[in-house]
Amino acid sequence: MTTTVRLQREPFDAAKEATALARGRTDIGAVVTFTGICRADENGEPIAALNLEHYPEMAEAEIGRHVEAASKRWPLLGVTVVHRYGRIAPGEPIVLVVTASNHRQAAFAAAEFLMDYLKTQAPFWKQVEKPSDKAGGTTAAKIWVEAKASDDSAAERWSPAPLKRETAK
Amino acid sequence: MKLRYFAWVRERVGKAEEDLDPPAEIATVHDLVAWLARQGEGYAYAFENPGIVRSAIDKRHVRADARIAGAKEIAFFPPMTGG
Repeated sequence: MTTTVRLQREPFDAAKEATALARGRTDIGAVVTFTGICRADENGEPIAALNLEHYPEMAEAEIGRHVEAASKRWPLLGVTVVHRYGRIAPGEPIVLVVTASNHRQAAFAAAEFLMDYLKTQAPFWKQVEKPSDKAGGTTAAKIWVEAKASDDSAAERWSPAPLKRETAK
Repeated sequence: MKLRYFAWVRERVGKAEEDLDPPAEIATVHDLVAWLARQGEGYAYAFENPGIVRSAIDKRHVRADARIAGAKEIAFFPPMTGG
């Protein structure tokens, strides 16, 4: 299986990544591409940007562990995960998951599984940057995004989870 | 051992990382959190609700009952909001 995991500050081109994953392969019958994009609002309030903090070494290891778990669960031929960090403006991509398989079912399921786990287990934290107060010229407020219970339940439906937090060693 | 803090845990503690040698009786992540919370105002604020703060030992998620003996790096952070 071809696996690519990349953490980067720069935007990515989802179409290019999907093409690269399947280039020269005739065994791949299905490629699913998911792109998460920064919205211009959070909980109905306008935002200027998202700032993503991450734990680089652990993020790479944790995503790698989930890709491995996905490949044990479904017959995958390739996976690409790209996750951005730093400042991300509305309309820009945040995260990319590309899965390739012989058939569509495995590719769709694995992409969804990976996204659900990325949301709740990959060490990234989003901070909302509010539009600055134009009249007063004050510094834009920054607010940490709270984890959503709906994301936890989305991840839990894949249980028994192979990668729940470890118990005492 | 090296301790690392992320997101609002980092902001409240007031630093991203530090090297600390907790007393020998500190056996688990839970013990370490309780001990850290007594190391000053910022720590007390960061760990005021220890059930919320997540932890990782050597880049793997662990629960509060995980033992810290032999750990090189322990990280504390809020629930993750990536993706």
